[in-house]
Amino acid sequence: MNRLQVAVVDYGMGNLRSVANALKAVAPEVSIEITSDPELIAAAERVVFPGQGAMPDCIRELDMRGLRQAVVEATREKPFFGICIGLQMLFEHSEEGDVPGLGIYPGEVKRFPADKMVDIQGAKLKVPHMGWSQVHQADAHAMWQDIPDQARFYYVHSYYVDPAEAALTAATTAYPFDYTCAIARDNVFAVQFHPEKSAESGLQLLRNFVNWKP
Amino acid sequence: MGCAKRIIPCLDVTNGRVVKGVNFLELRDAGDPVEIAQRYNEQGADELTFLDITASSDDRDLILHIIERVAEKVFIPLTVGGGVRKVEDVRRLLNAGADKVSINTTAVLNPQVVEDAASRYGSQCIVVAIDAKKVDNKPFEWEVFTHGGRNPTGLDAVEWARKMVSLGAGELLVTSMDRDGTKIGFNNPLNRAISDAVAVPLIASGGVGNLQHLVDGVTLGGADAVLAASIFHYGEYTVQQAKDYMRQHGLEVR
Repeated sequence: MNRLQVAVVDYGMGNLRSVANALKAVAPEVSIEITSDPELIAAAERVVFPGQGAMPDCIRELDMRGLRQAVVEATREKPFFGICIGLQMLFEHSEEGDVPGLGIYPGEVKRFPADKMVDIQGAKLKVPHMGWSQVHQADAHAMWQDIPDQARFYYVHSYYVDPAEAALTAATTAYPFDYTCAIARDNVFAVQFHPEKSAESGLQLLRNFVNWKP
Repeated sequence: MGCAKRIIPCLDVTNGRVVKGVNFLELRDAGDPVEIAQRYNEQGADELTFLDITASSDDRDLILHIIERVAEKVFIPLTVGGGVRKVEDVRRLLNAGADKVSINTTAVLNPQVVEDAASRYGSQCIVVAIDAKKVDNKPFEWEVFTHGGRNPTGLDAVEWARKMVSLGAGELLVTSMDRDGTKIGFNNPLNRAISDAVAVPLIASGGVGNLQHLVDGVTLGGADAVLAASIFHYGEYTVQQAKDYMRQHGLEVR
């Protein structure tokens, strides 16, 4: 059997088809599979770790399916792309349900604080943060290739990551304060927004991931 | 700094075709759903909403196939509503490729479905659609209607919006039935009352006839997103023209 090129980790939380559809659209020649098989994940060249819903449920389902180890190992050794809760779970702890994350990186997942959710005109900002916001790239990175700085991506979330190490931040977005919307370290890249729902900029990011040689 | 105001073309789908009615009646054929979805995506639509207005439950699965086909080609958020009765319906639509599911009549008949679906799949994918109409001689101004606008419920639309958010609705799609299909603009006082009452995003719907109506929906109605059908289906305006107009009027758009 040929080695799977991209494994999309399925731990039973919501629909992963959009992610797989978008990957297939940008890389029709690449083998892509949605899988909950730890061996396939361990053998794959690249791993996409999506997520939606609530983080406590995601962690629980991940463990119930025996996928924690495969995911943690993937973050150490191969191109790894976390999306949304797949970013949040990489950190130590989340305020959502007061649960520990996978603890790959130091830092906390926090809820948007109600008292700060006003724009410069004093208008109320909604939570969840739902819609298209600008992504400010912190540094040049292969994953940002052909994506203009301040391009808009689609977000849906009520919690955001606050890394303890500033150097992890690959991009920030303002809603209304600047927070980390993408992290990069070695072979790992992870984003809060949904590239699979972010039209051309999102497709370009997925294309960059498929071609990424960290 | 915040979110761009979203423009959401709405596709009413029945028997595998997109149609557009006037005041919930008189359906006219507007084309193939996948082709129309792709066209709007190319024009820069921020999101698409599909409303399944199929009357018979036998034909309900048609919408699943349409969503599957659209989701293979269009990479922006897709919302699907119409005929959602059970949590299982939500699951099937999400699996077909919907990002959000809109619940309307069922939310009134069985609010538990909203709560269960939000707790199972997350508030981010549960939209509650509220069809409201101005009423006289009631202790409130706007009443919730169900079944495509036929049945009054006795519910105050603003209170109802609060309740739906407390049960887990992540977004509200508010349609003014007095305005739908009329082209005289959104019901901005209704939208403003609801938008001010809840913390989740509001999509304004019903009554768009020109591009200034979209701007008014945001500035007067407090909408986070504006939904329109006929101005786009019949080629009066493109989504790009709508965005240009909104940008010229000081709104943040993608």
